[in-house]
Amino acid sequence: MSKFSKKKSGELPPVSTASLPDIVFMLLFFFMTVTVMKDSSLKVQNVLPNANEIKKLEKKDRVIYIYVGKPTQEFQKVFGTEPKIQLNDKFADPSAVGDYILAERAKKSQELQNVLTTSLKVDKNANMGLISDIKQELRKVNALKVNYTTYDGDAFNNLQ
Amino acid sequence: MGKRTNIQRVNAGSMADIAFLLLIFFLVTTSIETDVGIDRMLPKLEKNPVIADVFERNILRVLIDDHGQLLVDDVLIELTDLRQKAIAFLDNGGFAYNHPAYCGYCKGERNPNSSDAPSKAIISLSNNRETKYGAYISVQNELLRAYGYLRNREAQRLYQKDYATLESEYKDPTITIEEAEHLKSKIKNIKELFPLKFTESETK
Repeated sequence: MSKFSKKKSGELPPVSTASLPDIVFMLLFFFMTVTVMKDSSLKVQNVLPNANEIKKLEKKDRVIYIYVGKPTQEFQKVFGTEPKIQLNDKFADPSAVGDYILAERAKKSQELQNVLTTSLKVDKNANMGLISDIKQELRKVNALKVNYTTYDGDAFNNLQ
Repeated sequence: MGKRTNIQRVNAGSMADIAFLLLIFFLVTTSIETDVGIDRMLPKLEKNPVIADVFERNILRVLIDDHGQLLVDDVLIELTDLRQKAIAFLDNGGFAYNHPAYCGYCKGERNPNSSDAPSKAIISLSNNRETKYGAYISVQNELLRAYGYLRNREAQRLYQKDYATLESEYKDPTITIEEAEHLKSKIKNIKELFPLKFTESETK
C-alpha cells in the first residue's frame, strides 16, 4: 500500500521555461527581418484609394514619399481642414515640393539618383488641384517617375 | 580544483523578459506592409510645347468633373462603362484594308469615325481642380485595365500566356540571360501592339 501512496504525493514537475528566451528571440528576429522602420509620423489623414492595376513599390531606398490629406484632429486648429501636403514631418506649400525632392535626391547615393520614384500617398478625398500643383513641381525638377500609392482593392469603392 | 564547482551560475530567468521588451519595441516601431500603387510617368516639361497634329477621331477625351461624373467625348457615362468604351476605342482599327498601317489584329468595329489604329489612338484625361482624388484614381485604374485587357488578349494569342505572367517571369531573378532577352522582346512586341498613349492635360 505504501508503494502507491508514495507516487500520489509526488507533485507534477514544473514546465521548464529555459527555452522561452530562445522562442522569443526567434520571434524577435523574424520581426526584425520582415518589417521596416517607420520613418515619419503622419500628421494628415491618409485613407488611400483602392485600385487593382497595381505594381509593387520595391526597394525602399529608392522612394521619396509625399503625403497629402486633411490635417489630423490635433492640427486642425492651427492648419484648418483643407488638405495639406506633408513633407517629412512638416506641412508645406506646393512650391516647397521641388526643393524637397532635390534635397532628398542629393541625400541618395550617386547611382540611385536617376532611378528614384516619388510615391504620392494621397487621401482619397483630397482635391485634384493640389495634386496637379505637385505634379507640376515634380516636372520642374525632372522627377517624372511617380507612383500613386493605393490599397489593393476594387476601384469602384472610391466613389462612395 | 574543488573551488570551480562552487561558481554561481548567472540567472538567465530574466532573459525572456528582456527579449520580450525588444520584441515589443520592434513591433511598435515597424510596419509590415509593402506599398503598392499605380506607376505612371509624368511628361517632360517642355519649354515650347509642340501642338500635336492629331485627328479628332484618334482622341478619346475623358473629363472628370467636380462630382466625379464622367464625360467621354462629351457624353455622360458611368464609370462601369468606361473600360468597354476605352477598349472599343483602342481596338477599333479604322484604317481601310489596303492601308499600310492597317491593324490586322484589331477586333473592333472598324468605324471610320473612331481611332485609325492602336498606335494612333490617344486617350486624353482631364480633370477640374475640385475633382476628388479617389475618382481620378478610379478612372486611371479603369483606363489602365482597358490597356491591360487588350495586351493580355494579344499575349494569349501570340504566346499563349498572360501579359502579367510574361512580366513577372521577366522579373524572376532565376531565369538565364537568354530567357530574359527572349521575354524582353516578347514584352516589347506586345507593348508596341498596344502602346500606352495616355495624356493628361493641365488642370484648368
